[in-house]
Amino acid sequence: MVKKSDLMPGTLDMMILKTLTRGPLHGYGIASSIKRASDEVLTVEEGSLYPALQRLLLQNWVKAEWKATETNRRARFYTLTVAGRKQLGVERSQFELMITAIGRVMQDA
Amino acid sequence: MEMIPRFFKRFGTLLRRNRFNSELDEEMAFHREQKEKELREFGVAPEAAHRAAVREFGNTTRLKEQSYEVVGFRFETVWQDLHFAIRQLRRSPGFTLTAIVMLALGIGASVAIFAFVDTALIKPLPYKDPTTLADVAESGKAFRRSNLSYQDFADWKKMNKVFSALEAYTGTGSLIDTPSGVEPVPGARVTAGFFRVLGVTPALGRDFYDGEDKPGAADTVMITYQSWQSRFGGRPDVVGQTVKLDGTPNTIIAVLPATFQFAPRGNAEFWKTMHELNNCEKRRSCHNLFAVGRLKDGVTVAMARTEMLSIAKLLENQYPDSNRGQGATVQPLYEQIVGNIRPILLVLLGGAALLLAIACVNVSSLLLVRSESRRREIAVRGALGASPSRLTRQFITEALVLVLSGGLLGLSFAYCGMHVLLKLISKDAMAYVPYLAGVNLNARVLTFTGGICMLAAVLFAMTPVLRLSLTALRDGLNDGGRGAAGVLWRRIGANLVVVELAIAVVLLVGAGLLGKSFYKMLHVDFGFQPDHLATAQVVLPETSYAKGPQAVAVTRRILGDVAALPGVKSASFANQLPVSGNGNTDWIRIVGKPYNGEHNEVNGREVSADYFKTLQAKLIAGRFFAEDEDASKPLVIVINKVFAKQYFPGEDPVGRKIGDTSLTPTSLREIVGVVDDVKEGGLDEAVWPAEYRPLNQNNDSYLGLVVRTTQDEKLVLPALGTAIHKIDPGIGVVGEATMIGRINESQTAYLHRSAAWLVGGFAVLALLLGVVGLYGVVAYSVSQRTREIGVRMALGAQQSSVYRMILKEAGWLTGIGIGAGLICAVAVAALMRGLLFGIRSWDVPTLGLVAVVLGAASLLASYFPARRAASVNPVEALRAE
Repeated sequence: MVKKSDLMPGTLDMMILKTLTRGPLHGYGIASSIKRASDEVLTVEEGSLYPALQRLLLQNWVKAEWKATETNRRARFYTLTVAGRKQLGVERSQFELMITAIGRVMQDA
Repeated sequence: MEMIPRFFKRFGTLLRRNRFNSELDEEMAFHREQKEKELREFGVAPEAAHRAAVREFGNTTRLKEQSYEVVGFRFETVWQDLHFAIRQLRRSPGFTLTAIVMLALGIGASVAIFAFVDTALIKPLPYKDPTTLADVAESGKAFRRSNLSYQDFADWKKMNKVFSALEAYTGTGSLIDTPSGVEPVPGARVTAGFFRVLGVTPALGRDFYDGEDKPGAADTVMITYQSWQSRFGGRPDVVGQTVKLDGTPNTIIAVLPATFQFAPRGNAEFWKTMHELNNCEKRRSCHNLFAVGRLKDGVTVAMARTEMLSIAKLLENQYPDSNRGQGATVQPLYEQIVGNIRPILLVLLGGAALLLAIACVNVSSLLLVRSESRRREIAVRGALGASPSRLTRQFITEALVLVLSGGLLGLSFAYCGMHVLLKLISKDAMAYVPYLAGVNLNARVLTFTGGICMLAAVLFAMTPVLRLSLTALRDGLNDGGRGAAGVLWRRIGANLVVVELAIAVVLLVGAGLLGKSFYKMLHVDFGFQPDHLATAQVVLPETSYAKGPQAVAVTRRILGDVAALPGVKSASFANQLPVSGNGNTDWIRIVGKPYNGEHNEVNGREVSADYFKTLQAKLIAGRFFAEDEDASKPLVIVINKVFAKQYFPGEDPVGRKIGDTSLTPTSLREIVGVVDDVKEGGLDEAVWPAEYRPLNQNNDSYLGLVVRTTQDEKLVLPALGTAIHKIDPGIGVVGEATMIGRINESQTAYLHRSAAWLVGGFAVLALLLGVVGLYGVVAYSVSQRTREIGVRMALGAQQSSVYRMILKEAGWLTGIGIGAGLICAVAVAALMRGLLFGIRSWDVPTLGLVAVVLGAASLLASYFPARRAASVNPVEALRAE
């Protein structure tokens, strides 16, 4: 299990943005979605999730809205904004650059 | 610069911290519940699931804080910033005080003037639907807007389809008995629906009923609230009582509300109906009214004007004798009421805005200097881990503290300024601008204040942020805070000072032009000697002096007794004093000249025999009147030079005859003399043709007394009333004033003086601020270049060349500032051409004087730093590092 602190900086924001491309989700939904998608390898701690969401809100990369869930509970749903989608692109290319670079270093070693 | 909006977003979060917290609480609770549910689905016991969820979630308070730190700033850090800002500001009290006072001056001036603009131009008139009220009048060749004849008014009222109501008003005056003798009191006569058209209902009693303005109606009167308080002690039973006006009992039917004001007849205390038409109102050719109309729904002023013009045309065809050339004017009522004060208020607002601009530029340049000297502090804080946003916030906090203090101080300046300005308006002048009394710090004025403070805050926050563009932070640590950055600063700072100087030039030129026009206005050619003249208004009660011989006898006695007073050389009467306004005109026709029915309009004045001698007006040709020229003698007149030039070009008018438009034999009179052009109209009005008739041949009961004195004319004033009341205590004497005083207090002089003084005040402040700004820039530049100067001097530069270097830099800035300012000033002056009198907007002496004054002041401001530079000790300068 990889904790957030072990992640490369900025990757949590990127993963949240990516997760939201599939549609609006609440905080718990985002956490479990990342967990599921990573085959339970990545566990997003609540301690990092909510500050990260606030950071994304502040940058206008996501929007928040109170809506009812399927079980009719009130929850805050986050939606990706256009700016957020653009940002995801930027982060993804940076991330790929980084991964390739790291990969090369590891291969040569 | 995304920093700024994000700052406000954070600020918003701070203000809504409770909501932020509760939302986060709810969100986290939801998260825990979901987790609990998930665990239970895996088969964990409910109790254990709950505990696990809570445990796994961690410390919620800490979590919330973490989230909050991302979004808002914790209150403690705001407090820290504030604390630090205040400490920083207190550490340099000179800077802080200068900045706050400058800001307060700029904000105070703008807010005070805006408050007047608000009360005069923005606040709606205190009537019902004031925007659908129109001012309706006639227009003639000489006047764009002239009085309306009662007969025409009656036809206009009947024939028009654009006004739901059209009501007329005119001024009047009545003698009333007071414990201290008779007193002439200004009043107004109106048609019955006058107050209904304005939508004003009496505070006490009833309105005039329809038809109360018809012949035979009882004598009723409405009194103003102020009159009720001062003359009737505010007694509630005043309604129903009678008051004697000119000896006739009138029943008081109402007290008008305290808030009632009607600027065109601002000083009227008694409001009566026109149920008894006077001689003028019975004749279609005599004009003495104005009207107020209520536009029907969907009717614009332009439509109403078209309609009234076509009605005027009809009447012109119907009554060619009296109505030829008589058109109509319709304008919004507010235009009539505030139209004359608007340009002056706007000029003042412009002046105040420029002053504020200078103040802001000055404070920005001070901030720039400070940010420069704080580069190191900022760099150290940055190196110790302060985030760029935190550093920015520090500047914003400092700007907010400055602006807030400056704004509050400015508001109190504005409050005092408004009241001082109000106090400076004399009571007589106030009657014509009653709406100014409503000036106060209302919501609009406060919003305006908030707006300019916000702008200033953004400007001040941006200045250092822009300057210390955050990439430059690290440089601050290694260099001594000099070098390239110093050059950059000099460039920005220099631009700022050029702007300041240019604005100062504009204000100085504006003040100079206004001051010079005002001086010219007071020193126009009056056509008589205005000094050593005492004046008063004398009202003869018509009950005793209605007949000619009685009036002649009493005026002779008054003039004889007044002339016998000590210190008085001669005394005379005119039915209208000089410099009180053109108007009261007569239509004339010249015997022996072709006449095509046009209206030859001339000022008509009745004067006593010694009038011109008393005024010391020059006789150009012929003779003045003889004392015995009364109704028993042939009718004679004296005309002025303009009259002679206009109607008798190249001829000798003496001996010629003129008459009314149909040359009625009884109207024919002979010109016996030509007098110099006595200024009858306002100071800024041109001299009109005028005819003067002997008072003894044309009685009038409202007379202006003019007394030539050998001693100080002020000393004679109190004796005038006493002397006249000795003859008959029933004669009203009012408005004793010196001629010079009357000229200085006339409305035109008044408006122009206020404008000249206020803009002058702004200009002096602007000069001061501009020069301080220049001093600051030069002094700072010298302090930055101490080492350079030391090196130069060590290498053999003379003191004189150091002086030259510094003064050259200052000279460039001054030169560019003054040059740009002069260009702007000419453009701005062209905009306020309407306020200038006898002077062109590019008046060279004014422009030259301003350039010299500002140039000299700038030289002085840069001399001191230059001297400091020249006295730099090279050894110390080099060692100082």
